[in-house]
Amino acid sequence: MSPVQVFRFAIAGLAANKLRSALTTLGILIGVGSVILLVAVGNGSSQSVQNAISSLGASAITVLHTEGSAAGTSSTEAFAEPQNLTTADAQALAAAQGVASVSPVVSTSETLSNGASSTTASLTGTYPSYFPAEDDTLTSGAYFTTQEVNQAQDVVVIGSEAATDLFGTANPVGKSVLVAGIPFTVVGVLATKGSSGLTSADDTAIAPLTTVQDALTGFGSLDDVVVLAKSASQVDTVEGEITSILDLRHHETAADADFDVLSASSLLSTASSTAHTFTVLLGAVAAISLLVGGIGITNIMLVTVTERTREIGIRKAIGATPGVILAQFLTEATLLSMIGGALGVLAGFIGTQFQIVGVKPVTVPLSIPLAFGVSALIGLFFGGFPANRAANMRPADALRYE
Amino acid sequence: MSSAMRRPQPRHAAVPPPATEPFPATEPFPAAQRQLVIRLVSVVKTYGTGEAVVHALRGVSLDVEERDYVAIMGASGSGKSTMMNIIGCLDVPGEGQFLIDGIDTSLLDEQQLAVLRNRKIGFVFQAFNLIPRMSALLNVELPLSYAGLKSAERRRRAEAALHLVGLGNRMQAQPKQLSGGQQQRVAVARALVTAPSLILADEPTGNLDTRASSDLMNVFDRLNAAGRTIVLITHEADVAAHAKRVIGVQDGRIVADRRVVRPDALPPSLAEAPTSTAVRR
Repeated sequence: MSPVQVFRFAIAGLAANKLRSALTTLGILIGVGSVILLVAVGNGSSQSVQNAISSLGASAITVLHTEGSAAGTSSTEAFAEPQNLTTADAQALAAAQGVASVSPVVSTSETLSNGASSTTASLTGTYPSYFPAEDDTLTSGAYFTTQEVNQAQDVVVIGSEAATDLFGTANPVGKSVLVAGIPFTVVGVLATKGSSGLTSADDTAIAPLTTVQDALTGFGSLDDVVVLAKSASQVDTVEGEITSILDLRHHETAADADFDVLSASSLLSTASSTAHTFTVLLGAVAAISLLVGGIGITNIMLVTVTERTREIGIRKAIGATPGVILAQFLTEATLLSMIGGALGVLAGFIGTQFQIVGVKPVTVPLSIPLAFGVSALIGLFFGGFPANRAANMRPADALRYE
Repeated sequence: MSSAMRRPQPRHAAVPPPATEPFPATEPFPAAQRQLVIRLVSVVKTYGTGEAVVHALRGVSLDVEERDYVAIMGASGSGKSTMMNIIGCLDVPGEGQFLIDGIDTSLLDEQQLAVLRNRKIGFVFQAFNLIPRMSALLNVELPLSYAGLKSAERRRRAEAALHLVGLGNRMQAQPKQLSGGQQQRVAVARALVTAPSLILADEPTGNLDTRASSDLMNVFDRLNAAGRTIVLITHEADVAAHAKRVIGVQDGRIVADRRVVRPDALPPSLAEAPTSTAVRR
């Protein structure tokens, strides 16, 4: 009995019930297609998050002021009270090894207006060293100077979106803009950075630290300090130094620190592990649908074997060995799952060409042969039980089956 | 199988002697020289256990020679279906011995039995049992496929077999497009296409009208005249009348064994009416 002949019998068996075969195939199609598509969606979102984070600048480290874990709990008297993050802290950090610049930052959200047009933008008060640390570039004008910071001048650098909102196509440099009712002079416009996640990095205004503290936020805690390492390779050492300097200054231990140290690389690793979890989760959901498709094959093959009991009896009576019967039904099941798998690869591939809930799917090349291979194995595995049942039928009983 | 069974015994024994009877194991049995196609020796078959046990065969011994044309008659429940299953290698004896062409089936597994069925036996069933959605030609080719023949050889032999049963013009027809008589003749073609040692027909005329029955029996007569060994299982006396030997089965035992003509003679109906040998087209 040649494999070609077995294959021909299997095709004939499938063709005998086309609708049923097509529906069974559909189960596998959906399973394989969703594995490829959902893994691509997970991968795509992971890549977009990584791109956004790496655009923050590889050498920048942000020290965030936090409330501290011991705040407000009287039973933990051993812990020091959380302290403010101050300009003095920032100055202390500037002395650390490997630090190129330190920019203390206060931030708030304010209404910017120019005559009738107004927009709500994030207002950042800082030093000029903030711009290179954040990878900002100018399209027109200039950054404000350290001298302007020291003198608390009312100058501002605005983001491209804020510029368009307030001034349209006109060049805003040299013009006046009201920030929370206080007139500021626009000295520069930043290049478009694009949105990272929910907030637009371009709907922003950056003014001297002293000016913003003076007029708006007061001289309490800084919101964060942006530290620029001399090179990306020094980021980890600098992070360690920052932690030990601030722990010392604030009399804190790691357990109740009133600050967080974040770098692009630490954000990146957090985000990648989150994205990885997300991808695995999506893949698992899709794999379950593939499993359901596989059970569909078992189900249909059991029905087919029962329905064709008499035919199996005839075939056995005229000389089909158990092996030949097994091969025929296994081939039928594997054909079903492989046709479904091939169509599923196609469907998944077509699906990845579209943007899905704001994510551009990026196909993981390995997922295609993997999903297809798994679908073929599913045919063998889930078809094995019904095929075995057919192969082991007693011919005398099978012939008598009505 | 114990050697105690391997003993010559009267062919017509309604009840075989107990298997424990002593005998010289080395004694050659004369029946072997007469080219036996079938040899049943004290075959016992029971189904079920305990209260529900059914004694289908209670010790059946039977020899069928080459070229013989045997009708096994019995009412339903007499054990003739069980005999047919054992002779057809669809089942193996519980006790006793069954040999086809000298091959002891009790030593074979399911795989070997399948090969044996393919090589030695051609089945014709009451319900025709053609495979639906396959043309007459493909149905006849099927046993040759399982035997591993090449496509061209299969085609040649299947066409020859269909011509022999008078269906040379309906080879591409599907079973449902054929009449009952035609379907049964396709089944006969399928049974003889492998040139088996034995054609085993189980109530072959059971689903046919009188005309188709007589056509079919004529095909069997001609096949036997051409040298095929045929065993018919039937409960119809006029079907059994075509055979050279008629065996009666009742309650799992052979109760009658009537020889009509010698195994190498012409079948009775052909001998009576030699002009009717042409198969109806």
